Amino acid sequence: MLTIENYVKAGSLEEAYERNQKKANRIIGGMLWLKMSRMRVQTAIDLSGLGLTSIEEDDREFSMGAMVTLRQLETHAGLLDYTEGSMKESLRRIVGVQFRNLATLGGSIFGRFGFSDVLTEFLALGAEVELYKAGRMTLEEFSKMPADRDILVRVILPKKAEKSVYMSLRNTSTDFPVLTCGVSKTSDGTVRAAIGARPGRAVVVGDTEGILKNGITEETAKAFGEYVSGQIVTGSNMRAGAEYRKRLVEVLTRRCILKIGGEQ
Amino acid sequence: MKIAVTVNGKRIEEDVACDLLLVDFLRAHGCYSVKQGCETSGCGLCTVILNGDPVLSCSILAVRADGCKVETLEGLKEEAAQFGAFIADQGAEQCGFCNPGLMMNAIALFREYPDPDEETIREYLAGNLCRCSGYEGQLRGIQAFLQWKKEGQP
Repeated sequence: MLTIENYVKAGSLEEAYERNQKKANRIIGGMLWLKMSRMRVQTAIDLSGLGLTSIEEDDREFSMGAMVTLRQLETHAGLLDYTEGSMKESLRRIVGVQFRNLATLGGSIFGRFGFSDVLTEFLALGAEVELYKAGRMTLEEFSKMPADRDILVRVILPKKAEKSVYMSLRNTSTDFPVLTCGVSKTSDGTVRAAIGARPGRAVVVGDTEGILKNGITEETAKAFGEYVSGQIVTGSNMRAGAEYRKRLVEVLTRRCILKIGGEQ
Repeated sequence: MKIAVTVNGKRIEEDVACDLLLVDFLRAHGCYSVKQGCETSGCGLCTVILNGDPVLSCSILAVRADGCKVETLEGLKEEAAQFGAFIADQGAEQCGFCNPGLMMNAIALFREYPDPDEETIREYLAGNLCRCSGYEGQLRGIQAFLQWKKEGQP
């Protein structure tokens, strides 16, 4: 059972950062994962008073505070339109509405959880993160970094993707995913696929071989699916075996690519 | 830590432990409809409405509800009784254990989507697990309730 000795609503990011340097202290996001631990937290640091709960949109990008909830992302008209529904698709099977009203974008991204639909979707869309001390970097770069005591302030989604599709496979509808797959295509034709729940944390694979350069067909989509599967390390856990996941990578990537290419 | 929470219209000021969960705070104040189920944030049994949004009270600290308005089934008796009758008509209340959470989330659904289609209902209530009903009776009850409201209740 989680125990918390003190609770502080941070008055500034600097205060939150300073407090967070102590190992026994913890930043709390939605707290849904943390709550299931048996950790003893000396001071829980709440960022909810720092104005990080809004989604801002301009011509170039979306900027989302770390305390934005998954439900806010799911129901945001601008994100729904820009991602053609892939954002909603990536979120709607995460437990239930009540859960998604608590779970935060920051908690989901900072945790870099292997099972994360959120990480997969934002990687596929080419998102960036803003850290309090380390500054702005690509989410792909951040996803490879080891955990540290910095603070994720916001997630930025540059409007580069022309199309995006998200698919996942689950054993039961609101369970953790067996595999997640997000694919996006920019206006210059660059395709990137993000594969998560391998069960390791999501990774990005681009079309470096030019498999799709002459267009998307059944054959090129299949070939790209096989290519992505060959690039990815999968593992086994209680939900699925490594070999099964390898096949799933092929299938979900092919389906996403075909959908990107216009197939319904 | 001292907090002030408005529960079903009544302001409560109290010193609470920092790790006290909202579900335990509410039960300590007589809201026994709010129950712990799975303890893994997955069953929806502990659903309450916090500042208008349905949330899992088992997964939020009471200190985080400081300054907020919380609604539980105890505060929505009339609304819940009307809707509950339609659930009972379908025999969908069964053992009854999950019903308070289902009702709270269904009421949140009706407020957010006054005329939801079947897919919206299923998706919105996906986080409310029931081991008896198979969900079909609940769905029929919800649809019958919405139809009754649409036709202009007596």
